[in-house]
Amino acid sequence: MTPKRKQKLFIVLGLVSLAAIAIGLTLYALRANINLFFSPVQIAAGSAPMERQIRAGGMVKEGSVSRNKESLEVEFKVTDYVDDLEVYYSGILPDLFREGQGVVVVGELQSDGRLRADQVLARHDENYMPPEVAQALEEAGYSPADYQAKAAEVGKRLKAQGNAETSQY
Amino acid sequence: MLIKMIPEIGHFALIIALLLAAVQAVVPLAGAATRRPLWMAYGRPMAMGQFLFVLIAYACLTASYMLDDFSVANVANNSNSLLPWYYKFSAVWGNHEGSVLLWSLMLAGWACAVAVFSRDLPRDMVARVLGILGMVCMGFLLFILVTSNPFERLLLNIPQDGADLNPLLQDFGLVVHPPMLYMGYVGFSVVFAFAIAALLGGRLDAAWTRWARPWTNLAWAFLTVGIALGSWWAYYELGWGGWWFWDPVENASLLPWLSGTALIHSLAVTEKRGSFKSWTVLLAITTFSLSLMGTFLVRSGVLTSVHAFANDPARGFFILVLLAITVALSLLIFALRAPRVSQNVGFSWLSRDALLLINNILLVIMTVTVLLGTIYPLILDSLGLGKISVGPPYFNSLFVPLTVIMCVFMGLGPSSRWKRMSASALARKLWMSGVAALAIGILAPLVYGGSWNLWVSLGIVSALWIVLPMLRDMFDKTRNASSFFGGLRKLSLAYWGMVLGHLGVAVTIIGVTVVSNYTIERNVRMTPGETVEVAGYQFTMTKLGSRRGPNFLADTSTLQVQRGENGRSFTMNPEKRLYIATGMPMTQVALRPGLFRDLYVAMGEDLGDGSWAMRVQYKPFVRWLWLGALLMASGGIMAIADKRYRRLAGRRETQPGQIQTPSREATA
Repeated sequence: MTPKRKQKLFIVLGLVSLAAIAIGLTLYALRANINLFFSPVQIAAGSAPMERQIRAGGMVKEGSVSRNKESLEVEFKVTDYVDDLEVYYSGILPDLFREGQGVVVVGELQSDGRLRADQVLARHDENYMPPEVAQALEEAGYSPADYQAKAAEVGKRLKAQGNAETSQY
Repeated sequence: MLIKMIPEIGHFALIIALLLAAVQAVVPLAGAATRRPLWMAYGRPMAMGQFLFVLIAYACLTASYMLDDFSVANVANNSNSLLPWYYKFSAVWGNHEGSVLLWSLMLAGWACAVAVFSRDLPRDMVARVLGILGMVCMGFLLFILVTSNPFERLLLNIPQDGADLNPLLQDFGLVVHPPMLYMGYVGFSVVFAFAIAALLGGRLDAAWTRWARPWTNLAWAFLTVGIALGSWWAYYELGWGGWWFWDPVENASLLPWLSGTALIHSLAVTEKRGSFKSWTVLLAITTFSLSLMGTFLVRSGVLTSVHAFANDPARGFFILVLLAITVALSLLIFALRAPRVSQNVGFSWLSRDALLLINNILLVIMTVTVLLGTIYPLILDSLGLGKISVGPPYFNSLFVPLTVIMCVFMGLGPSSRWKRMSASALARKLWMSGVAALAIGILAPLVYGGSWNLWVSLGIVSALWIVLPMLRDMFDKTRNASSFFGGLRKLSLAYWGMVLGHLGVAVTIIGVTVVSNYTIERNVRMTPGETVEVAGYQFTMTKLGSRRGPNFLADTSTLQVQRGENGRSFTMNPEKRLYIATGMPMTQVALRPGLFRDLYVAMGEDLGDGSWAMRVQYKPFVRWLWLGALLMASGGIMAIADKRYRRLAGRRETQPGQIQTPSREATA
């Protein structure tokens, strides 16, 4: 082999082995770290895996938030206006967390059907319905009319309530 | 009368700028193709005129904000008469339309800078570069005028007051972060234009790289600072002490940074050795395309975050088309013309050339893994295969090992020679640094944290392995000088730039390592009078209160903090604000910054019964993250000041038209 060819061979071998390492690591990392999204109606139907990290989302059900008096533990229900999911969490909830507002929780489903959340993400959504949840409901055979009126009603009520709160100051 | 017409003047100025951009895009390129000097000469005045008119448009929008002209929809949606003047000024880019206008202003600004500072470039090169920049400008101005006009009026029902700027964006970090980031993003358009011009002209030599390198370094430095500012902003503004989330929007800014870093190094090889030419061009195209893709991801509303202002699919589609045209056209030109500029230069597998090649490959692998993790969920979603999200563990498990491998080669790089060198010479030079790095790195966690920690050791060994060989190299370079400092002064600015840049990487790595492993975080329930101890500091809540700010109401708390029994005590005042116009709550963090540790206190939520959930954190070395980024950026700037870029200017004047051969200097 000429030196030039030898050099090329080294480069090619180096590239191939680096690429192989990279692809191997990537596939491993992707398989272990993908979180699938489920809405309450899908979880109620049993299509979500147990004790594996998932994301679940919907609206925080009105009047469902209850705090432990002594610690930072909190329980609430996430709803898509068809089914509810009970969630428990220990820690500080995000600023935008509100009853009737959209929320995404990351955590594991327990055998009692509740979800232990490691992370709670609030999202401020004018439409009061995250698109993922709307799509999941549609796939489960519910027409938008089934839940949108309900969602809009809750939204309107909360908005009025919110305005009253702000004007109190 | 004229004041009332400000938005229309701005709109009109934008249309004129678009026309100028169209001329700039067509005439100089046609002139270069047909060798007509007059046509080529159109580039400079058009670029300057276009910048002037975009500046007028931008000034008009700013004036509308300052004058509280709520008949302009953009102002009504994003400002408020109670907003302090400096936030009115920055609110211009706190929304989709305004930020795209800022983007265009900077693009026109870069093109204008090229027009001004390109006196020494050959005429056809200037014409091509400006022509290509003109095309990009045209695309963005068209985007603004067609889909996102910032001057749109609300004429029938003019609101009494504006809807206010998102409270998260009412902050000093936001005033500076987007302009810096945009300067970086947009700055890569210059090297992109240079690359395409080189392909079109069939001329890619050492002189070309000397023109392209300063522009690339400058853009890269801006992007580095922009990313660091974003991370710093997230750290103190989001209220939970994170500084990098692997959020798709963050990744969108990291991607061009990674490939831009590869580009800087590949340009060095192209300049010194005349090799890697087509690779450099390809990287230039990739970097700018990734900048455009970042814009697409952020601006199209496919992602939900603070940054996603727009949810209008037409806009996303427009940018996607723009991106597709850019990528397809530039790759087509690359495929047709790259064989003409490429050149085979041999080198041994142990040489600086080879090490820089490995550096480039690693950086590209990093870029690809981040890209994959960022767009994989989007692809699956658009194919209807389910909603997934890829979390930080994916990125960490790939990025950390790749960075460590990178550091191994970063230690070797600066000490190596171009073309070839003997392994034993390299080993003789570096074994001491290696042993020292290993010893200190393995002992450091024992001394600092009390117990051994693999990750901390790995991080510190990597950082020292970057720094120590570089110190040794500087020592070797100054050994023959009369005095040590005299020798240091003789080193070129480009060399100092490299040293600072690499030092910055080491500093950032130490920051990331320590803060990730030794952060102490406690979420506690506190009532006035209660004390919490975190990392030897006593936090005592003394008071809860409330106050009224210019446009918000706040719950306030006062904490007395003391280190140990007899330490100096100080107070910290975190707040929870409610912005009146939007009704949005915001956490105002109390920080006690320091070079070696930050104390971080945030109010979580009101738990009723007079107590609050508080977030108390001790974050060691967190400042090093951003300090390192600043070092990297200053390294990039320093390299631009190197005298060989100025020397070139003199040479060009005396020998116009000479084609320069690649120089073969041995040192950086």
